[in-house]
Amino acid sequence: MAVLKVKFTKTRRDKLAQVLWILNWISVVTGVLLFCLGLFLKVEINKREELMAGRDVQYVPNMLIAVGLLACAINFLGGKICYDCVDTNKFLRWKLIILPYIICTFFFTFCVLVGAVMCYSMHGELEEALNVGLSDALKFYKDTDTPGRCFLKRTVDMLQIHFQCCGNSGYKDWFQIQWISNRYLDMSQKEVVDRLRSNVEGKYLMDGVPFSCCNVNSPRPCIQQQINNNSAHFNYEHQTEELNLWMRGCRQALLEYYTHIMQSIGLTVLILSVLTGVRYLQTALENVLRQGDPDSESDGWLLENSLMETARTNLNIIKSLVGRTTPVNHKAPPTPSSEER
Amino acid sequence: MLLKLKFNQQRRVRLAQGLWLLSWTAVMCGAFVFCLGVYLKMELFRRAEVMDDSDIHAVPNILMMVGLASIGTNWIASRICQDSLDESRFPRWRVFMLAWFAVATLLCVLLVAVVMLSYALQGRLEESLKVGLRNGIRFYKDTDVPGRCFQKETIDRLQMEFRCCGNNNFKDWFEVQWVSNRYLDFTSKDVKDRVRSNVDGRYLLDGVPFSCCNPASPRPCLQNQLTDNSAHFNYDYQTEELNLYSRGCREALINYYMELMNSTGPGVLSVILIQMSVIMSLRFLQTSVEGAMALEDPEAESEGFLLEKGVKETFEDVKVKVLTMLKAAQINPEAAAAAEESCGGADAENGGEKTPVKTSTPAS
Repeated sequence: MAVLKVKFTKTRRDKLAQVLWILNWISVVTGVLLFCLGLFLKVEINKREELMAGRDVQYVPNMLIAVGLLACAINFLGGKICYDCVDTNKFLRWKLIILPYIICTFFFTFCVLVGAVMCYSMHGELEEALNVGLSDALKFYKDTDTPGRCFLKRTVDMLQIHFQCCGNSGYKDWFQIQWISNRYLDMSQKEVVDRLRSNVEGKYLMDGVPFSCCNVNSPRPCIQQQINNNSAHFNYEHQTEELNLWMRGCRQALLEYYTHIMQSIGLTVLILSVLTGVRYLQTALENVLRQGDPDSESDGWLLENSLMETARTNLNIIKSLVGRTTPVNHKAPPTPSSEER
Repeated sequence: MLLKLKFNQQRRVRLAQGLWLLSWTAVMCGAFVFCLGVYLKMELFRRAEVMDDSDIHAVPNILMMVGLASIGTNWIASRICQDSLDESRFPRWRVFMLAWFAVATLLCVLLVAVVMLSYALQGRLEESLKVGLRNGIRFYKDTDVPGRCFQKETIDRLQMEFRCCGNNNFKDWFEVQWVSNRYLDFTSKDVKDRVRSNVDGRYLLDGVPFSCCNPASPRPCLQNQLTDNSAHFNYDYQTEELNLYSRGCREALINYYMELMNSTGPGVLSVILIQMSVIMSLRFLQTSVEGAMALEDPEAESEGFLLEKGVKETFEDVKVKVLTMLKAAQINPEAAAAAEESCGGADAENGGEKTPVKTSTPAS
């Protein structure tokens, strides 16, 4: 009793081979696409590595690159097999390889699915990495004279301008850190001294943000200082003012950007599972060869016997293989009595 | 004869094959020139709001036209090549050859003109940008006036993208009121003083918009009271270089467009060279195949040349031909009338002669 048996005439077999050949080539193209997307993701993560702390998120693009290359190779081979399947003479060449090839591709499809799942699971890790990285970057914004941190000001400014975001979760993050270096503060002024004394750690905190938070679409020149003070500016109310600064936080902006890339990659990966039909073709042709007439109808199936029987036969094959490799020599089985007869 | 070369059958075949490849290369070059024109036009459109007039658009327009025409012309050249070695199909192209040469030479001339034009129009571009940027800076505050409401966003994005400030430099912002009146508190003394301090009643200040700020500065951006050293700690207006962008936007944009046009210069020159070699090879092919056909032996050796006579003589010939064509166009109506009269007279005479012949025949 075969699983999912379908009848195949010669024309149907040929059509199936052609369709599978095309599908295999499409899969090669998607493999190349996957490789390119993995490379792109790696470059993008490296570009912003200053803002991602600690967590290892490189494993996702590395896996995608490897999967992309393997997909190309495997589907290229599959395409070649389909191309040769139509001609029974050439098919004989591939007959021995087809079964291991199909087993390999099933494992590979499984890996590919794992890769797709990883894309979506990276979301949580990425958010953590960005959270820690961005809060560090904001803290060291003022340290343009400390080697190793001197570029963070420029990085954060360009990030906020390019991604149209402000701060970690919002613009209020800037109120909680000192982003003006002490060497630009006049310590003799009363106002400065008051602010420094107003908190435990002696930080110069103010309700102002850097210029890179300014929203280009605002109809009004940008208000950066005394943001919470309505009376400091004419015709201004900070609760209802939305266009003055970028409202989005940079963590959310970067997360959306990377999630967008991931989703495109995940979708591409799920289209790669095209290999079920090859099994039909192989079984149909095997049956034909047994009957000896290449033009006749034949049956194609997924599994020759039912699932249980297939599992039992495979287990027996594995047992016999293991039995042969153990050092204890079994007695040779008795010769078949048909010879005597 | 100019540049006479001998061509046997094999050389003719080789020439035809080589020319076929060359003309397809020229088709690709034509497509390249067209794409170049489209790209240049798009770049000019993107900044159209800060340009006053569109004279500079002549350069991409000509490039696009030449690109399209060259695709068609060189495709025809490849068809001529394919038919050149076939005696029955080549004669039908003979009529078009002169026209083809004229068109192809015109394309080369236009490409050379485009290269020269891109240098010549630099002055016009600069003028156009000067006026456009000045208007942009003047209307920066008018975000509530329809037709000008996007100027603020345009100028801000421009200054951030090209890393520039103002027209010539950041001091242009000191001469313009860039804060709108609806955000000014006219009850405050400072505002009233500033408004009264100049003839036009404008609110001028020594400050610049945030888009002039340089992210590479080690210090948080100073936008207001730029000329007042005492307003900021540890600040010297004359020596401070990194705080704002020091370049003017006009200079930045001119550099950008000139770089764009200069980098396409070598490409256009090589397209001109390819087109000229197509013209010359086709002329050689045409003359050698016609020579072979005249000898009525397709396998024979024939001569190929660029011009049948020397340059001066060909020029004289062409002049004479053009003059006769012009004269013929003038004389034709008179000649036609005269011809009609003479034809009518001749008929009458013939009629007179014929009638006695006619009457004699029935008698016999």
